Amino acid sequence: MKKLLIALMAAAAALSLAATAEAQEKLKACWVYTGPIGDFGYSYQHDQGRLDVEKALGDKVETAYLENVSEGPDADRAFERLAREGCKIIFGTSFGFMDPEVKVAKKFPDVMFEHATGYKTAENLGIYNARFYEGRYILGQIAAKQSKSGVAGYIVSFPIPEVVMGINSFMLGAQSIKPDFKAKIVWINSWFDPGKEADAAKALFDQGADIIVQHTDSTAPLQVAEERGLQGFGQSSDMIKFAPKAQLTSIVDDWGPYYIGRVKAALDGTWKPGNVWLGIKDGAVKMAPYTNMPDDVKAMAEATEKKIVEGWNPFTGPIAKQDGTPWLKEGEVADDPTLLGMNFYVKGVDDKLPQ
Amino acid sequence: MDITVNILLTIATAATPLLIAAIGELVVERSGVLNLGVEGMMIMGAVGGFGAGYLTGSPWIGLLAAIALGAVFSLLFAVMTLSLATNQVATGLSLTLLGLGLSGMMGTSFVGQPGARLPNLDIPGLTAMPVIGRLLFGQDPIFYISIALTAAVMWFLFKTRTGLTLRSIGDSHTSAHALGIKVIRYRYLAVIFGGACAGLAGGHLSLVYTPQWVENMTAGRGWIALALVVFASWRPWRVLAGAYIFGAVWIGQLHAQAFGIPVPSQLLSSLPYLATIVVLVLISRNKRLTMMNTPASLGQPFVPDR
Repeated sequence: MKKLLIALMAAAAALSLAATAEAQEKLKACWVYTGPIGDFGYSYQHDQGRLDVEKALGDKVETAYLENVSEGPDADRAFERLAREGCKIIFGTSFGFMDPEVKVAKKFPDVMFEHATGYKTAENLGIYNARFYEGRYILGQIAAKQSKSGVAGYIVSFPIPEVVMGINSFMLGAQSIKPDFKAKIVWINSWFDPGKEADAAKALFDQGADIIVQHTDSTAPLQVAEERGLQGFGQSSDMIKFAPKAQLTSIVDDWGPYYIGRVKAALDGTWKPGNVWLGIKDGAVKMAPYTNMPDDVKAMAEATEKKIVEGWNPFTGPIAKQDGTPWLKEGEVADDPTLLGMNFYVKGVDDKLPQ
Repeated sequence: MDITVNILLTIATAATPLLIAAIGELVVERSGVLNLGVEGMMIMGAVGGFGAGYLTGSPWIGLLAAIALGAVFSLLFAVMTLSLATNQVATGLSLTLLGLGLSGMMGTSFVGQPGARLPNLDIPGLTAMPVIGRLLFGQDPIFYISIALTAAVMWFLFKTRTGLTLRSIGDSHTSAHALGIKVIRYRYLAVIFGGACAGLAGGHLSLVYTPQWVENMTAGRGWIALALVVFASWRPWRVLAGAYIFGAVWIGQLHAQAFGIPVPSQLLSSLPYLATIVVLVLISRNKRLTMMNTPASLGQPFVPDR
């Protein structure tokens, strides 16, 4: 009996050794999402990036992910679990994962961490982000051209810099076409609640907006626009199927190339914590086909897109803050740290920023 | 005038799923069973309704599938808690978790697909009437079902003998059992009715409210429905009032924001919850009546002696 036990234990040990050996050959790359991967929006696009990694690097990598992880202290456990399960590189994809990731990165110095849309770094924690605001400037221009009432409805989630930056960029774009263009802003305090998003869209349309813009993740607002025969913009994914007559364009996140590059670097041992902010020119921010608009509006949007690819920044002065005090002088360009910490509106935004 | 009508229609759409899920749960709790799985049954209804509607192209089949899936899913809860006498709170919570996970898995291929929407009622001559036309004769079919359901449950609970029996089981299952009433059978039917209602509420989300499938699309509405039942002290018309107050304040605060009223949005977002609780607590402040309406054996397992 004893012999049998010892034999069994030896076999088990050998098996587990073999398992670790195999795991070491394959690099385990892991992702943490705040929403469900089935949101067809922000988290969905990150997961498409993960699938791109699997496709491109094949059997050299093994991937895993955790979805629906709430932001804040709860996220600690998610990151710690992945690190303990042998993930060598971990991508946290939401702003609210910043502090948890910093904390867990300290505990696991051998694991490579990457955090999207935040600003804190560490020796084994790099950050990456996409310049969605570039796309939002184009949305603003299109909205100002397409709107008959001169009012857009803007559905937003939380007052973080990313969102504030988007509102400002949209307004700058709109004002470049129609200086007195207005946006009505509604905060729903959620990234993802199709019902609430639809309600907000209805309320905004009822109050005279005829173009809907969203910084929340579901297709619901566009569906309302479609039903009412009005127009709007998609978010994160190309949502044209949900609103064939209503979608003007959509800012599409394409994380695939970045993820492939980073996981490759991890495989080669050349990974270093980076700080990158990718835009339209890097292919991380893409504009869905310009549809449901006259040719001249389309041409204008394409021209602006080209200008941005060539290096022009929508946050180029002169720009005044909401209360009229000057912010950027003629020709002055906002630097990245200011944009990433943006907590004020530019002139013409008709809302009080929740603090 | 048009904007008022639009606001009222939006309120009705927001209130309908809460009302249906809460009315179903009210019957379950009146029979003495506490099913915390409303959210789980609702999301199963949502995925089932969308799936069937999408695959067959008929939202009406989707509607039936939503009801059926909610009912079948609640049967799981019934078998566990009623036949096997497991803890109702724990079983209900796991039903919610199971439903959220299972629906996500079932719905993988539906993500990013536009679905079929249930058409609004359209009666020639009536729907086109100014103002009241669209309010009374132009809404989605589930809205009418929700109102009829509330009236029917009120009548059933307080005007029929079977309803009286159901309530007596909820108050004291041992006495009811001693009188020869089939406690377990009544409770099975009540739980399945609650499941069917939750499923229908979920179907409303994926076939009317936002015709699409996305994971977690119920976003906590099952829990709001549960809370409504308690704060309405188990009275159907108060559940109706609660659901509509919640809907009205929610839509109202969105309009207030769009209008540019300078109140912090976080405060505005919490208003629907606050207002609903305050109003329902005020109308339920008569202690004796509230005691009378609370099912005394709520949540307690019952094992009949043989």
